[in-house]
Amino acid sequence: MSSCARKGAAGHGKTAHIAIDPVTRIEGHLKAEVTVEGGKVVDAKLSGGMYRGFETILRGRDPRDSSQIVQRICGVCPTAHATASVMAQDAAMGTKVTTNGRITRNLILGANYLQSHILHFYHLAAQDFVQGPDSAPFVPRYKNSDLLTDRNKGLAAINAAAVDQYVEALDVRQICHEMVAMFGGKMPHAQGLVAGGASEIPTKDRILEYAARFDKVKEFVLNKYLPVVYTVGSQYKDLFAVGQGHRACIAYGVFPLNDEMTKFMMKPGVYYGGKDHELDPSKIHEDVKYSWFDDSTTGLHYSKGQTKVSPHKEGAYSFVKAPRYNGVACEVGPLARMWIENPPLSPIGQKALKEHFGLDAKNFRDLGEDAAFSLMGRHVARAEETWYMLSFVESWLKEVKPGEETYVKPEIPASGEGTGFTEAPRGALLHFLKIEDSKIDNYQVVSATLWNCNPRDDKGQRGPVEEALIGIPVPDIENPVNVARLIRAFDP
Amino acid sequence: MSLSRRDFVKMCTGTVAGMGISQMFHPSVCEAISGTLNGSRPPVLWLQGSGCTGCSVSLLNAVNPHIKQVLLDVISLEFHPTVMAWEGEPAMEHMFKIADEYKGGFFLAVEGSIPVAEDGKFCVIGEAHHKEITMVDAMKELAPKAAAVLALGTCAAYGGIPAAEGSETGAMSVKAFFEQEGISTPVVNIPGCPPHPDWIVGTVVVALEAIKTHGLAAGLGEVVKLLDDQGRPTPFFGENIHDNCPYLPDFEADKMCETLSQKDGCRMSVGCKGPNAMADCFKRKWNNGINWCVQNAVCIGCVEPDFPDGQSPFYESL
Ligand code: SF4
Ligand code: SF4
Repeated sequence: MSSCARKGAAGHGKTAHIAIDPVTRIEGHLKAEVTVEGGKVVDAKLSGGMYRGFETILRGRDPRDSSQIVQRICGVCPTAHATASVMAQDAAMGTKVTTNGRITRNLILGANYLQSHILHFYHLAAQDFVQGPDSAPFVPRYKNSDLLTDRNKGLAAINAAAVDQYVEALDVRQICHEMVAMFGGKMPHAQGLVAGGASEIPTKDRILEYAARFDKVKEFVLNKYLPVVYTVGSQYKDLFAVGQGHRACIAYGVFPLNDEMTKFMMKPGVYYGGKDHELDPSKIHEDVKYSWFDDSTTGLHYSKGQTKVSPHKEGAYSFVKAPRYNGVACEVGPLARMWIENPPLSPIGQKALKEHFGLDAKNFRDLGEDAAFSLMGRHVARAEETWYMLSFVESWLKEVKPGEETYVKPEIPASGEGTGFTEAPRGALLHFLKIEDSKIDNYQVVSATLWNCNPRDDKGQRGPVEEALIGIPVPDIENPVNVARLIRAFDP
Repeated sequence: MSLSRRDFVKMCTGTVAGMGISQMFHPSVCEAISGTLNGSRPPVLWLQGSGCTGCSVSLLNAVNPHIKQVLLDVISLEFHPTVMAWEGEPAMEHMFKIADEYKGGFFLAVEGSIPVAEDGKFCVIGEAHHKEITMVDAMKELAPKAAAVLALGTCAAYGGIPAAEGSETGAMSVKAFFEQEGISTPVVNIPGCPPHPDWIVGTVVVALEAIKTHGLAAGLGEVVKLLDDQGRPTPFFGENIHDNCPYLPDFEADKMCETLSQKDGCRMSVGCKGPNAMADCFKRKWNNGINWCVQNAVCIGCVEPDFPDGQSPFYESL
């Protein structure tokens, strides 16, 4: 069986074209095409294969309906879409959320962060490193998969433990969903995030129930997730040296710590050209030259965004638009947030980095740009962010006031507009809402997938994941394991 | 053993979430159903069309039985884009091979709707034999070979959000697609956006058991008898939310809540669509019995064929 759709000859010094379609264990439909020369990727194209048209479906509806509809963009991070949407509605309708409403929203989104990061590592990415049982859906797999035990026979016990953790993590992520449901009604697709705040006023009992579940999740993160990421990382040191991409990233700020929305658990910012920049949303534009959208809509600021699909456009190769910040292709996600916030590393992380890499690291940036912006660096960032979140969730549990109002009834204005900026677990997310005649006149979503998985922009510049694929080793073109490994490290 | 609606209700519903479902996972039942169709665990091919993967994520929340048991003991999940190890063209070719090998003896689970405009171009699901395969292509090829199709979630069952007004993709339900293409494979709709994990697991197990007892055609016939006129199993979708709602006395006394966060009073005043919705959420609840939409906010009628257009505005009184 040939491993992939390939054209061209294999072998040393020759050029081979490999297509992986579908890229599995991600949310959505994605195809990766790479050109391999001398055992390394020299060119890459990412193609998003699905268009549903939420923007056109939302037009003309009651503005409050948007938070329910947009959750259905993604079943893994619906709470993030709901959060961005209710923030956009609050801004457009001029609603001021109460302190308890803000904290309850943090508890809802926070529980889904925990869920999403755990699901990502164990159920989406782990099979890139760990050998699962010999039964569908864990087989078939690549013949030569470069798994933990292929690299180090002595790690059979660790491999087995990781498989057990895969099953345990199923329960833990389910517990996280129970935490979301406590204040959010149900998961996936929570009812409780609404314009004006949150529909559930936390009671003492519910806070205790949430806290009891949180303790179990915390224990798992501390004792299993974080250590296993470093154990795997120590066996794949080479994967800390690849996948750097543009070394540019953006974050909008998430988990507001005050009602003025000026302090966040993870702060907003932009990093490129080796420098930090303050976030200026007026610099966000979307190009569509290589996307199946009408050329007349290219280069627009998101608030002027238009969605005119053109599925047969010559030269285009994706349904994903190409957002740029000041013309720069920025990656988003845990790495972006951790790089911009630069919080302390966990004691487990500090110890492991010293032991396996001889690195004296206290804060995230001490990893250095090369290791942080890498295939493995993105997994470390996600695990460290999960650890960093734990104490914040604990503090929100102390801050939330049982019985205190979480909701302010919004008034739909005749006209208005607003943007909701937040961060999905997988990266920066904004929703823009424009109201006319008390109905939705324009709705634009710039999601994390758009930031990471975009095709070339009008200047021909590669998207972040496309760029990060350059230099990825593919020693055996029948088994191009590193290609999707790199893509999945982003949580696309 | 012949399966009556009463047995099914007994098995699938319980006041505690999942209780009834877990009874179906008694070892003897597991043993009875393994071996259905082809002497081993029945292969399941899971396609994702225009959807959000929320149905798959919901299924991961299955409590009793644990999703691990479903995957390792009950079915053989040979293709699922979000969980399988395999990827790319060989994974697609593996899927087509299983469909040929087990012709008439595998289940096709469909999540998401089928966008037919522009020759299916709005949903490309992969490549096989050096050719791009759209959701439309995959359905045409696989559905006629399947023993039965499970249309999971409101997208697959009725079109759902991708088919709502304003959509340009020609997204349609499995049933509508079959009518257009003249495909006669039986379809069971399990709507909900997303469906409750018990609704999915319960239906699968009961179908397998009926097939085991009666043979394929007669067994599926038994299952079809349990469906309402919207193609959904009545044990899960046979009762109205409003008729069973704890707020019904408030409704009858015209005692309405004033805001979304207020817990007293019927929630119709803030948009509840319970009177439009047929499902057992009121007793099953969600996420291991933690909560449900009406208790938390409002029902938005996500299990109904006219969701979302016929159920919106979600926050306006009926
Ligand atoms: S039915 Fe709902 S949950 Fe399922 S795929 Fe469609 S939008 Fe997602
Ligand atoms: S309208 Fe909703 S809240 Fe009121 S009784 Fe009916 S289902 Fe319950």
